[in-house]
Formats: sequence, structure tokens, C-alpha cells
Amino acid sequence: MTMATTLPTRRDEAWRYSDIAAVEAAWPLPAAEAIVVPAGGNFARTIVQDEGRIHQLDIAIGKGATAVLHVLNIGGAYGRVELNVTLHEGADFKLGAVQIAGGPQNLEIVTTVTHAEPGATSSQIVRSVLAGTATGTYLGKVAVARDAQQTDSEQSVKAMLLDRSATANAKPELEIYADDVKCAHGCAIGELDPMGLFYLQARGLAPADAKKLMLQAFVAGVFEGAADEDMLIDAALTKLGDLV
Amino acid sequence: MMLQITNLHATVADKPILKGLNLTLNAGEIHAIMGPNGAGKSTLGYVLSGRPGYEVTEGSVTFNGEDLLGMEPHERAAAGLFLGFQYPVEIPGVSNVQFLREALNAQRQHRGEAPLSGAEFLKVAREQAGALGMDMDMLKRPVNVGFSGGEKKRNEMVQMGIIDPCLAILDETDSGLDIDALRVVGDGINRIMRKPDKTVLLITHYQRLLDYVKPDFVHVLADGRITRTGGPELALELEREGYRELAA
Repeated sequence: MTMATTLPTRRDEAWRYSDIAAVEAAWPLPAAEAIVVPAGGNFARTIVQDEGRIHQLDIAIGKGATAVLHVLNIGGAYGRVELNVTLHEGADFKLGAVQIAGGPQNLEIVTTVTHAEPGATSSQIVRSVLAGTATGTYLGKVAVARDAQQTDSEQSVKAMLLDRSATANAKPELEIYADDVKCAHGCAIGELDPMGLFYLQARGLAPADAKKLMLQAFVAGVFEGAADEDMLIDAALTKLGDLV
Repeated sequence: MMLQITNLHATVADKPILKGLNLTLNAGEIHAIMGPNGAGKSTLGYVLSGRPGYEVTEGSVTFNGEDLLGMEPHERAAAGLFLGFQYPVEIPGVSNVQFLREALNAQRQHRGEAPLSGAEFLKVAREQAGALGMDMDMLKRPVNVGFSGGEKKRNEMVQMGIIDPCLAILDETDSGLDIDALRVVGDGINRIMRKPDKTVLLITHYQRLLDYVKPDFVHVLADGRITRTGGPELALELEREGYRELAA
């Protein structure tokens, strides 16, 4: 993905669901943060987007290196986390992302993961919880170059709609030029199981607590192993508590 | 009396299921409700516990003197009503222990009691799981996920033991159990609920659970009403004669 140099419109695929007025207000965007993980290195970063900002990161992961990102996208009228990741030979990239939006919020996570060389692995787990008239978007492109054989990539995308008026956009996308690769993607958009909610309430949980417990289960696991796991879970739960 | 159901009418998706049901349960009694498929047995359990979509169109239910139908499902639980589900629900990602502790403490808070600490709760949970032959490891797993039919029913009984209700409505708790599990579950019901201040309503198709949990009263539910009431001998008669003869 090349970062936009002119103000994007909704005709640009990567900005199709964006709040263009909010993007314009923030224009021109500062240059994307460039991160280079040297061969054999290990990189980890946690991004909490809680104030309506646009985060753009370019991450190049060197031979045999690893990068782990945990993203909690919860704040502001419009918030965007955009990752442009390039994997070199045998590198590994992991993304665990949760976005939780209510009211009229518009939050999005847009990733392009390029397997440029053989034997790299990538895994992306994205969970969205959307209430009110909120919009939550995940656009995730995995590109596998011609010689990037033995690529192993995985995308797991799930969204939970708490109200019929909320919107989830999910677009896992594969562009594969190699012929010996494993690329999996799964995508599901649903509502909380009413029978599960009734079961929890029949055991004594108030409706909001029952919902919160089920949503906690929905997002739990995404932050497993993060250095800031407790902080991320607490912040996610606080936001969920505001929505149920 | 603990529970008084008067002229209860209820619909599901606008279809009348309960059509003028009367039933009185006193403390210290065990009642069994038997009846053919589609008679409204499970509907009665769901109506009493407040499942959405089960509309009461007429009649009243008082529970320890309070209007049961005016309460939310979690308020009914806090007031001491427990529904043992025919098909206990699987909830991925939520551990039994976490769920039960939150549920129990929500009930205690509702009643103005102090919450149990983690250690206090685990002690109770361990006792109840042990009494029902359930591994503590299973109690730490997500609610009912990957449990066999028998394990789910056993888990319902562990939950009942931990929550310690005054009224248990057990919807086909015997279905899906082998002979050994049936005995364990039957013993559990007796141990937890056969007390002077407690009441059980057993909903069942078969006599065999009643060999372990002796009912004081047996009712036949057919076409949305109680059509006959008797003692334990009525269950044996039903087993022999079938519902068709007796339900009318």
C-alpha cells in the first residue's frame, strides 16, 4: 500500500468506509512511522487508539525476525489504524486487534501484509464489537510475491453487532503469485446468542452483565501474551461496559 | 405456599401452549410433571423463568408471595428460582467458575448479602463438584463447551448446588443420562433440594428418575393444562398405560 499523497476519496478502496471529512480535517497526514526490524530481531508494539487519530505504520520485518502488534481501537468519532507490513525470508508477523465502537463512531483497521520472500508466516486476528449506529471496518490484504513459497498466512475476522443499526465491514483479501502457499481466512459477522444470554440471566446475571461477559469472551484471547495484556483487557472491558 | 400458578395461559410465537394451568407447590414438596410431547412441559419451565418470547396472556404466578411474572429473569434467580435446562447452553470463552461466581455474587448482591471472595467461592464449588463426581478441571473450562450430554446435566446440578435455590424447576434433567449418571444426578437433587424449606418441580417423560427422586405429587400435563394429579403411583400407572388413556 502506498500512503496517500493526495486527499483520498471513498473511491479509494482503502478509504471506502472512512469518514472523509475527518480525514480532511487531519490532512495532511504526517509521514507514516517507519519501523525496520533487523534480521533475527524481535519487535512488539501496543497501539491504543482512544482519541480519534489516524495511525499509519510501515513495518519491514527482516530475515527470521518477528513483529507482534496488539491494537485496541476504541476512541474518537473517527479512528484508523493502518499497517503496511513487509515480510522477508522466514519472518513472522502477528496482529491481535480489537475494535469497539458505539454511538456514531467510525473505526477502522486497514492492513496490507506482503510476503515478499519465502517461508514467512503471518497471523491476523481481528474482533469488532459494534453498537448504536457505529461502523467498524477491517480491510486486510495479504499479498504473496512470486517467489514467496511456503508462505503461511492466516486471517480470522469476526464482528459482533449489538444493535441492528450498527455496521460491520470486513474484507479479508488474498493476492497470491506463488503456487506453494497456505493462506487461510475466515470471516463472520453475528449477534450475541439469545439463548446464551437467557442462560446467563437465568443464573442471576443482569442483562448488561450477561452481555458484557459474553463480549469479554468474544474479545478475550486476542491480547493473550501481550506485555500490556491486563491494561488492554481493562480498557476493552471499560469500553464494552459503556455499550451494553 | 411457595409457588401458586393460577389459570396460566401462555403463547409462543402467537401459538397458545398453556391454556389455563393451575398448580400449587408448597415448601418441602417434590412434584413431578409428566405428559406427552408438545403438552407444554418445557414451556411451563421457560414461562416461570422468564424466557423472552414466552408471552403470558392470562393468569398469575406468585412466588413466596411476590408477583413472579413481573420480575426479570435475573430477579427470579435472585429470588430463589432455578431452572435446570433441558439443553444446557454452550458459552465459548466463558469459564464455568467465572460465570458461576459472577452469577452467585450478582444474586447475593441483589438480596443485600456480601459477595463471596474467590477463595470462599472455590471452596463451595469444589464441594459441589466433588459431590457430583465432576472434576474441578471441567469447572474451569468454558461453560458446557465440549461436554457430553450427561456432563452438561451433571454441570446443571453442580450449578444448582452452588446457587442453592429454594425452588428448582428441572426440565428433563434425566434425558441423556446413563444409569450411573442418573443415580448421581438423582442423589444430587435429593441432597441439595430435599429440605423442608425447598421445592422441586421435576419435568420428565419417564418414571425412571422418580425411582431415585421420590415425588410427593405427580401431575399429568396435557394440552396446556393439568389434567390429573396423584401420588407416586400415578407415574407407575402412566408408565404402564401410556398418556393417551390418562391425559383425557
